[in-house]
Amino acid sequence: MMVLTKKSLKNGLAKMFSTNFFADPQTNRLVDIATSSFLPLLKGAFTFTISLSLISFAIGLVLAIFTALARTSTIKPLNWIARIYVSIIRGTPLLVQLFIIFFGLPKIGVTLDPFPSAVIGFSLSVGAYGSEVIRAAILSVPKGQWEAAYSMGMTYRQALVRVIIPQAARVSVPPLANSFISLVKDTSLAAVILVPEMFRKAQEIVAATYEPLLLYIEVAIIYWVISTFLSFLQGKLEQRFDRYVAK
Amino acid sequence: MIQIKDLHKSFGDLHVLRGIDLQVETGKVVVVIGPSGSGKTTFLRCLNVLERPTQGEITIGDIHLNFNEKLNNKHIIQLRSRTGMVFQSYNLFPHLTALQNVMEGPVTVKRKAKQEAQKKAKILLDKVGLGDKEDYYPFQLSGGQQQRVGIARALALEPEVMLFDEPTSALDPEVVGEVLKVMRDLANEGMTMVVVTHEMRFAKEVADEVIFMDNGKIIEQGPPEQIFGSPKEERTRQFLQLIGGEEN
Repeated sequence: MMVLTKKSLKNGLAKMFSTNFFADPQTNRLVDIATSSFLPLLKGAFTFTISLSLISFAIGLVLAIFTALARTSTIKPLNWIARIYVSIIRGTPLLVQLFIIFFGLPKIGVTLDPFPSAVIGFSLSVGAYGSEVIRAAILSVPKGQWEAAYSMGMTYRQALVRVIIPQAARVSVPPLANSFISLVKDTSLAAVILVPEMFRKAQEIVAATYEPLLLYIEVAIIYWVISTFLSFLQGKLEQRFDRYVAK
Repeated sequence: MIQIKDLHKSFGDLHVLRGIDLQVETGKVVVVIGPSGSGKTTFLRCLNVLERPTQGEITIGDIHLNFNEKLNNKHIIQLRSRTGMVFQSYNLFPHLTALQNVMEGPVTVKRKAKQEAQKKAKILLDKVGLGDKEDYYPFQLSGGQQQRVGIARALALEPEVMLFDEPTSALDPEVVGEVLKVMRDLANEGMTMVVVTHEMRFAKEVADEVIFMDNGKIIEQGPPEQIFGSPKEERTRQFLQLIGGEEN
């Protein structure tokens, strides 16, 4: 391996700016690896990173809504179950949870494939963190809105679905978008339980080519592009929700 | 017809309503007045069980609720869909347009078809003078306009009685009139109304019966000429003097 010294840096830079840069066999090899690994990485992103994120977020969001409702409920046992769930998930590392689900559970006869294991782990995580976001959002809707809904003869469920959640949704877009972007990046943890998502693909290519710097920077860039795109979508979503708010 | 028997409400140790008995004939307008803290708003909120009375009975039309027994939620919901509530702070749904606000009750609660509900809602918005504002969101409307949408929204449920909780108290003085006009028109059409308000002129002109409440009880009730002209009770007299100097 090349050690970075002043001299080597100078040589390297000189090499890069010399006209025969692309003719250099070492450079050629790197460009080859970067381009030929791009499609497999993208495939890992689309078949696993993105689907894992979307599925886990959808399930997690439903879990989060029910947990938030349980937390705001006056029924004590419900309240406690929700609290314990949130406490366990927030209080332990996601990586440890994934290990328990994938490597631990087979000990008691529950053997799951990598992908469903990852979905369970990530959904539970989104559910716990998201429940706090949604609870805060529900509490941020003025009491008068519940009263107006009830005064029309709505049931709790109707009031929630027709009046409260549409307003709570607006408030929860920024923090939930945060969670979703975190989730997309966290799915790289699934590599350790053998889900062939993008980061695991990168590790495999590194094992074959021994170019860790190149490959890991390449996946980092792809993660960044995905996250940036998601931030853009978040902005659009916020605009949509803001149409009924005074500016 | 509305019948209220021995209605009590406590918040913890605080006994806010101490036995209210009242009967309101169909088509009559009852205005409730009294000092703040007298329990008049709580009383109104008990009528559609936004506050659950601790004791007593309420009958509105064919729905009878006895708070001395265990209550079925279904009956409370039935009672609520027979009453229309107008709030001091309007409480319009901010994520819906004026038209959607008015349609919400019929569509969600009464399961009316959207088209039919929309037709009805347009008529109601016209009636409160906001036919041209149907696509406006609440934040784009003035307080007076929002309150008129609030009235249309309550009317959309075709209630047997309309409940008004200080409907003009949060409004700028120059728009109070437009809301009172809508209420006056309603009264003239024969709507049964219970109105909590500080608008004494409205009480004098529109009420069939004025109720003076203090300390969780009805102190005095009668036609407006009697209550405002020759109140029997000392407390009524004191209250009217305090608030009505410029009007009497």
